[in-house]
Amino acid sequence: MNRIINDPEQVADEAIHGVVAAFPEILEKTDNPRVLRATHRRGTGKVGIVTGGGSGHEPAFLGFVGAGLCDAVACGEIFASPTAKSFHAAFKAADAGAGVACLYGNYAGDNMNVKMAVKLAAKDGVEVRTVVANDDVASAARAEKEKRRGVAGEVMMWKAAGGLADEGGDLAQVIAVAQKAIDNTGSIGIGLSACTIPAAGKPNFTIEPGMMEVGIGHHGEPGVAVLPVKPAREMAELMLDKIIEDLSFGRGDDVAVLVSGLGATPVMELYLLYGHIDEMLKARGIGIRHRYVGNYFTSLEMMGASITVTRLDSELDRLLAKPARSIGLTVTG
Amino acid sequence: MDSVTLKDAGPILFDLTAIIVREQGRLSEIDGQTGDGDHGVNMGKGFRMAGERLQAKPGFTLPEGLEALGDTLLSDIGGSMGPLYGTFFTDMAEALNGSDVVDGPRFSAMLKAGLDAVQGLGEAKPGDKTLVDVIVPAQQAFDAAQSGGQSFIQSLEAMKKAAAEGLEATRGMVAKVGRASRLGERSRGTLDAGAASCEMILSTLADGLIARLTSQPQA
Repeated sequence: MNRIINDPEQVADEAIHGVVAAFPEILEKTDNPRVLRATHRRGTGKVGIVTGGGSGHEPAFLGFVGAGLCDAVACGEIFASPTAKSFHAAFKAADAGAGVACLYGNYAGDNMNVKMAVKLAAKDGVEVRTVVANDDVASAARAEKEKRRGVAGEVMMWKAAGGLADEGGDLAQVIAVAQKAIDNTGSIGIGLSACTIPAAGKPNFTIEPGMMEVGIGHHGEPGVAVLPVKPAREMAELMLDKIIEDLSFGRGDDVAVLVSGLGATPVMELYLLYGHIDEMLKARGIGIRHRYVGNYFTSLEMMGASITVTRLDSELDRLLAKPARSIGLTVTG
Repeated sequence: MDSVTLKDAGPILFDLTAIIVREQGRLSEIDGQTGDGDHGVNMGKGFRMAGERLQAKPGFTLPEGLEALGDTLLSDIGGSMGPLYGTFFTDMAEALNGSDVVDGPRFSAMLKAGLDAVQGLGEAKPGDKTLVDVIVPAQQAFDAAQSGGQSFIQSLEAMKKAAAEGLEATRGMVAKVGRASRLGERSRGTLDAGAASCEMILSTLADGLIARLTSQPQA
């Protein structure tokens, strides 16, 4: 395993240090070394937006802190939830007197730590409400939606909520729009090779050469099918069909599309993949209003990509278009 | 006396931190068969930190030690195990408050508090292939021995046996919660890493108490 690291146990902390050094105009440290907040200051009375999750998914989660997006982030060990203490500190960092919306993904550890942190914040008199992203359509049947994991669709949730908070929406409105964004979002990943947590030293799952796993999770959770690697056009079709069926997208719908690499995929191949998705959606009479292609939500050095599609109403369309500035996503007005 | 003073029981915490630090490689190996392979790394890190903190405050009682361990896990170890074991230990410590000794009834209350903490936070039920599959039979065996009129030592022995059997039983289970649950049938045939660390913790706790109970002069 050839990696650009020092001590395998210090990778998350050292990466956080590097991020702050590289983007001082966007992110700054707090008293808690695992909590960062936006350098950009907004007035009091704005709903605070917090996210958090394991490290190893960069630019998620810290890359979506900034103007028009999240106000603070709690960072965990690689592929492990941040502590309750870190989430609690992030709530405090983001609180501007109007409550905090904690928008994160559906994983057992995050659920527990957020739950405990919300209780701690209540003791300080800070109201925190949560939206748990569950956009991965391959991670459980639609009837068991509460078991689905949160993946790259979280970007749409953060962007919509961050936009509404900037417009002066109250906590209930910000929570409602975040929930609406994620409820109208479907994502699916395809994995072509495994990844290794540096401290573990070897991958904890395998994808055989020449094979691909459709619906793979961000930590190597098994997908819905293991198939021989197909041409990109067929990959796009497999993934898109699953999302379209799940959310019943049809002619006349307006959508936002996000294609993310999983860490090791050449960005060139993401562009190639997006070209097919664009054609396929247009052929079905679906209008594409916003497009994002690049590395938004990765899994260390996993080879593969994920596709996310969000159905838009006029509110989501407006909020996604608003200006924002962060490491992972910048929108200019 | 069928009891140990909380002050005498305090150093058992060093047995707990030592065994988890020593066995962390084995725990990661078990975890690697179905999960991330980081259970031992995280547990070892948390227990080592707690051990260092306890070294700095000699003379702590059993609940003080358990609370320090729980606080360390809650504050410094994230994932699922930080909050689960963190509240497990802090709630057990709370159950011992207001007493100077730990005896059968106190131990029973402590174990129940630990189980309630884990079940209140996580979603695991018995049979889901988690640490609950060790705590539940251990707690039931201890209480059954107590209500059957057995001594504190005999009840602790019964708890150890049930914890070991509970751990072994996870081998035949399919994981229903946590990261291993995504493997479905593929998770059958391996032990659960959380159950393995839990068995180590309960049996080390029991051994520490048994050693102190047997070394006391019989009244």
